[in-house]
Amino acid sequence: MHAVNSPAVTAAARPRLTWFTFASPANFYRLAGVLGPVCGLVAAAFAVAGLWMGFFVAPTDAVQGEVYRIIFIHVPAAWLSMVLYVAMAFWAAMGWFLNARMAFIFARAIAPTGALFTVLALWTGSLWGRPTWGTWWVWDARLTSELILLFLYLGYMALVAAIDDTRRADKAGALLAIVGVVNVPVIYFSVVWWNTLHQGSSLTMGKEQHMASTMLVAMLLLTLACWAYAFAVVFVRARAIVLEREGDTAWARALVAQSNQG
Amino acid sequence: MQWHSLSEFLAMGGRGGFVWGAYGTMALLMLVEPLLARRRHRAARIAIVERMADEQAARAAANLPRTRP
Repeated sequence: MHAVNSPAVTAAARPRLTWFTFASPANFYRLAGVLGPVCGLVAAAFAVAGLWMGFFVAPTDAVQGEVYRIIFIHVPAAWLSMVLYVAMAFWAAMGWFLNARMAFIFARAIAPTGALFTVLALWTGSLWGRPTWGTWWVWDARLTSELILLFLYLGYMALVAAIDDTRRADKAGALLAIVGVVNVPVIYFSVVWWNTLHQGSSLTMGKEQHMASTMLVAMLLLTLACWAYAFAVVFVRARAIVLEREGDTAWARALVAQSNQG
Repeated sequence: MQWHSLSEFLAMGGRGGFVWGAYGTMALLMLVEPLLARRRHRAARIAIVERMADEQAARAAANLPRTRP
């Protein structure tokens, strides 16, 4: 370091903030410890606002009556299930190509939350389909590709859990995650490419919306709530994985020892 | 607001079971998942503490003079 002989030794000794600062598990651990609870609070605030809009402001649907209100959580859950898969595959790829420790940790931390939203998308969709379509389930392209997404998440989690060597598990999981990403556009465009029982997109960029604006706002608020929730819980899980992997490092031991004294 | 009573709100136009089944499951799972994640975090901390204690005990045992005849 060039700063050794400079008068600003103390300032230079402090780590500078760069793009790679939080690629360090120790720095990420501290940052996520702050950001996690903040995201949780943001999620709760958006959830309250969205539920209020969804149940007390948005009108009754002219065709479907009240049961359409499932849309306010069904669509956010489905979006998050796809977005989180892409995020998981992205970090898996980053880990693969850059050999970055934190990237693999992110990929692993995202998977269970993605699987949760996939289950919720399927479950809320089923509860919506029964009264409106007359069936819990059909093997149409949208539903089937979403079910495959769930299997991809479960497959990824089972694969990384089954391999004892962490680095090999990370790489094997990354390969599965990256290959599986082709399923995401299939889900998204399934209602366009095939004739599905599932309705078309509720929101289309650049087109005039056919939803009442209060319905749209409720759905977007709950989407933001789900996003913030996903960040919060992924941060907690990523911190847990950091400790699991860095348990032999001095910083992790100092941190644990310190908090045990307090 | 379109609801005139609590029971009307809960009934959701006769589809209450579907609506609350969806919202209830979502709420339940989104409460349970953070708890599981936090438990995993706590378990990771405890594992480190235990490993440190084990190592300390091993070091202490190694340094002690053996009293066996």
